[in-house]
Amino acid sequence: MTQADKAPGNVTVLVPTGMLGAGVQREHIRYGIAAGANAIAADSGSTDSGPAYLARGVSKMNRESIKRDLDILMDEAYRAKIPILIGTCGTSGTDSGVDWTRDIAIDVARGLGITPKIACLYSEQSPADLVSKNRQNKITPLPPMGPVTDGVLESCEHIVALMGPEPYMAALQAGADIILGGRTTDTAVLAAVPLLMGAGAGPAWHAAKIAECGGQCTVNPRTGGVLIRVGQDAFEIEPLDLNNQCSPESVSAHMLYESSDPYRLTEPGGVLDVTQADYQWLDARVTRVTGSRWEPMPYTMKLEGARGGSFQTIMIIGIEDPEVLAHLDEFHDTLQKALTDRIKTTFGDEASFFHLSLRFYGWNGTSGRKVPANAPAPRDVGVMFVVTAPTQDLANRMAKACNPYLFHMPLRPGIELPSYAFPFTPAEIPRGQVYEFLLNHVVHTRDGFELVRTQWTDLADTSHEVRQNVQGR
Amino acid sequence: MSRVGEVCRHVRSKNAGPFWVTVDLFFRSEELFRRYRDTPALGPEVFERLYGTDAALVKRLPVDNLHMVKISFPRAKPQGWMGERDMHAGQHYARLLDIEIG
Repeated sequence: MTQADKAPGNVTVLVPTGMLGAGVQREHIRYGIAAGANAIAADSGSTDSGPAYLARGVSKMNRESIKRDLDILMDEAYRAKIPILIGTCGTSGTDSGVDWTRDIAIDVARGLGITPKIACLYSEQSPADLVSKNRQNKITPLPPMGPVTDGVLESCEHIVALMGPEPYMAALQAGADIILGGRTTDTAVLAAVPLLMGAGAGPAWHAAKIAECGGQCTVNPRTGGVLIRVGQDAFEIEPLDLNNQCSPESVSAHMLYESSDPYRLTEPGGVLDVTQADYQWLDARVTRVTGSRWEPMPYTMKLEGARGGSFQTIMIIGIEDPEVLAHLDEFHDTLQKALTDRIKTTFGDEASFFHLSLRFYGWNGTSGRKVPANAPAPRDVGVMFVVTAPTQDLANRMAKACNPYLFHMPLRPGIELPSYAFPFTPAEIPRGQVYEFLLNHVVHTRDGFELVRTQWTDLADTSHEVRQNVQGR
Repeated sequence: MSRVGEVCRHVRSKNAGPFWVTVDLFFRSEELFRRYRDTPALGPEVFERLYGTDAALVKRLPVDNLHMVKISFPRAKPQGWMGERDMHAGQHYARLLDIEIG
């Protein structure tokens, strides 16, 4: 027990993992609940793994791993009578991601024989609504982007707005046992309970930022989540594992992780400023942080949008030929030209758009940058051929047309034809679609509710009817 | 002449959202941090040359208590474009290690 436990006004949030589905541990949850957790909160998404998940509206995590984590969290939280808040359901936080997670939660509840009241918060936006906002000059770009066009908004397959804590706070006040949110800032879902229960806004947001990746802010990040205790002017952070520590260095260093500015973090409705923050050991496992500030600002929500574009087919060969390995840049350029010509000659007008990339792994495949002239030849390279075209069929056909050239391209004309090492047959591998993020913009809103819809599923309601409540003001 | 890889105990890079990359340079000591925190050898033009970013948008933020410098810059192409080789920019830092820092 620490001093802060005994002080009035402290709010404790159990953050079991940096990502729902990564694997929570029951003994950690029990430890956090015994230590006085007022709620369990976790993030279930990220843009980190690329635009495919948002463009397709499907989860990166599989159903079984989400179910396993929810089973432990819902069992322990229901017994302890504390709420669970999950942000950015289904990796990208689309409406389909929220519904997918809700269906798993209902399944888990039935298995456990419990009847929680579930609030789903949706923040997916229709392109038409955003076009209208854009025409009212309510959408502004963030660097390095310029203003968004109606065409770009309309071309997105899914657009989500990042929620702040307000819809979570409202759902808790309305009696939710479990809140499943669409796209939400990682911090907002963790800050919601401290903000609702009267903690200081600076410490609440800062604690949430530090805890957003679970154990990432601890000395041994692989040993599970953390507990945050948030007061008026300070917060404490403790690992859920008794053998782990949150040190002043591990905690302050987390402000660096995946953020372009370690001192100021823009959130819906304000900016967290930690320029004056002070990190000190409280005891051998816990760090206490003071000096965090919150500056309220006009409400904005960041937008994320993605779409699927062209398609790729890949082939891989291995090369150990010493002559080729001694002249890899020359060989790359010869091959690039020969394959490009082959595609243009074979496909004519059909090849009006294509992109060909040859990556020499073992030489410069990771960066594609020029290797210094005095670099020694490698023993072996793997060449990845990537062709991008408007359809999968065309990309496949282009790869097939290139296949014999990739297989037999001599270093120079006149050399007897070599054969390189294909690891697979068929050699060409249809890789699927290329997805892209299109938006890096914010939308200016009246408040944290304007673009959010709340829907209730009350499992205690014996009629099994779903109460619907579209929240508008 | 020392190289970045010699005066830093750890250098890492990571995507910071789909459109930015952030590089963290942790120096071996407070003295080395103070000597190199503002060095032009890690100036915005270097990042433009190495990463094709816009020098005018490169941000450099020293963090005194950690003896580190954070440098963030927009990606030349968004994460996941058809020529992508490093989705998370996790290996972008490697080309900094051989820079002669003074």
